[in-house]
Amino acid sequence: MEALISLFIESVFINNILLALFLGMCTFLACSKNIFTAHKLGLAVIFVLSITVPTNWLINHFLLSPGALAWMGFPTVDLSFLHLVVFIATIAAMVQIVEMVMERYDPALHSSLGIFLPLIAVNCAILGTSLFMRERQYNFSESVVFGLGSGIGWYLAIVAMAAVLQKLRYADLPKGLDGFAINMITTGLIAMAFMAFAGIKLS
Amino acid sequence: MKISKTAAYKTFTAPLVSANPIAVAVLGICSALAVTTQVLPSIVMMVAMTFVLASSNVVISLLRNYIPKNIRIIVELVVIASLVILADQLLKAFLYDVSKQLSVFVSLIVTNCIIMGRAEAFALGNGPWLSFWDGLGNGLGYGYILVVVSAFRELLGAGTLLGFQIVPDAAYAAGYVDMGLMVLAPGVFITIGLLVWLQNKWTGR
Repeated sequence: MEALISLFIESVFINNILLALFLGMCTFLACSKNIFTAHKLGLAVIFVLSITVPTNWLINHFLLSPGALAWMGFPTVDLSFLHLVVFIATIAAMVQIVEMVMERYDPALHSSLGIFLPLIAVNCAILGTSLFMRERQYNFSESVVFGLGSGIGWYLAIVAMAAVLQKLRYADLPKGLDGFAINMITTGLIAMAFMAFAGIKLS
Repeated sequence: MKISKTAAYKTFTAPLVSANPIAVAVLGICSALAVTTQVLPSIVMMVAMTFVLASSNVVISLLRNYIPKNIRIIVELVVIASLVILADQLLKAFLYDVSKQLSVFVSLIVTNCIIMGRAEAFALGNGPWLSFWDGLGNGLGYGYILVVVSAFRELLGAGTLLGFQIVPDAAYAAGYVDMGLMVLAPGVFITIGLLVWLQNKWTGR
C-alpha cells in the first residue's frame, strides 16, 4: 500500500508528466489561456488517462507481451512489436466511447468540453503514459495508480500555468519575448517549483 | 533554371527558418524537450524524425486520391505508426544504447503534431516529389533546433559535446562548476524560451 501511495505522489509531483517528462506540451500551450478551459481539459485528461492506462495494461498483458497468448494455445507467439498501433487504437476507441456515453447521459458536460475531447486522442501525454507503463513493467494496481496520478499531475500543471498567464496578460514584455517565448520561460519556472518536491519518499 | 528558383528548393528551405515547425508554428514541442539533454540522442532523433516525416509525406501523398475524406485521420495514423515501428526496430538493431536512452520518445513520434500537421496541410494536396522535400525540410528544421538546444544543455550542464570534454580541467580546478539545472527539466524550458526570443528579434517578428 505504501508503495502505491509513494508511486502516486511521485507521478503527481516529482515525475510530473508535463513538467518533468514533457508530455502533452502542445495542448498545454494551446489551451492554457483561460483558466476555465484549462480546468475542463485537465478533468478530461484525468478521466481518459485513468481509463486507458489500465485498459492498455490488460491488452498488453493478455494479448501482446511474449508468451501472453498461451491461454489461447499459442505460447510461442510474440506480438510485442504491435504495441504502438494497438495502444493508439485503444486510446482512440476509448475516447470515442467516452464521448458517446457522455453525449447520451450528460449532454451539458459534453457540449462544454466540445472539441477538446477528440483532441485528447492525439495528446502525447495519453500515449506516453501507456508507453511508460509498459516500459517500467508496472503491475495492474500500479498502472491504475500511475494513470490517475499522471492525470492529476497534468491537471495541476495546466491550471497553474493558466493562472500565471492570466496575471501575465497585464505585464509589459519586450517585443519578441511575448507569446511562445515567455510561455516557455514561465513553464520553466513552474517546473523549478515542482522540483522542490523531489526526494519525497514514503516507503 | 537556377536551383534556388525551383519549387522543390522553396518547399525545402521554407521550414528551415521562416516557417520553422518548432520556433514559429509551435508544433512538436513534446519530444523536442525530452531528448535534448545530450547532442548524440538529438542527432539520432533528428534522423529518425526526418525519415518518418519524409516517407510518411510521400506515402500519404501517393495515396491522397484513394483515401476517403472522413476516415483520413485513421489512415494517416496507421501509415505513420507503421513507419515509426520501422524506425524504432532499426534503432534497436543498430544503435541499441541510444535507443535505450531515447526510450519511449521514438514511439511518441506517432503523436508528434508536426507529422500529422504536414500530412494534413501539405501531403494531402501536393504530389509525392514536393511532399518529399517538404518532409525533409520540416524534419531538418525540427532537428536543428533540437541540436542547438542540446548543444547548449550538454555544454553548460556537463561541460562536454558529443561526449568529448570541452571545458578544460584548469577551469574546474579554478572553481568552475557545471550548471546542473541545464540537465534538468527547467533548463530546457528556459533555453528554448530564450532561443525563440533571439529568433524573433532576428527575424523581426
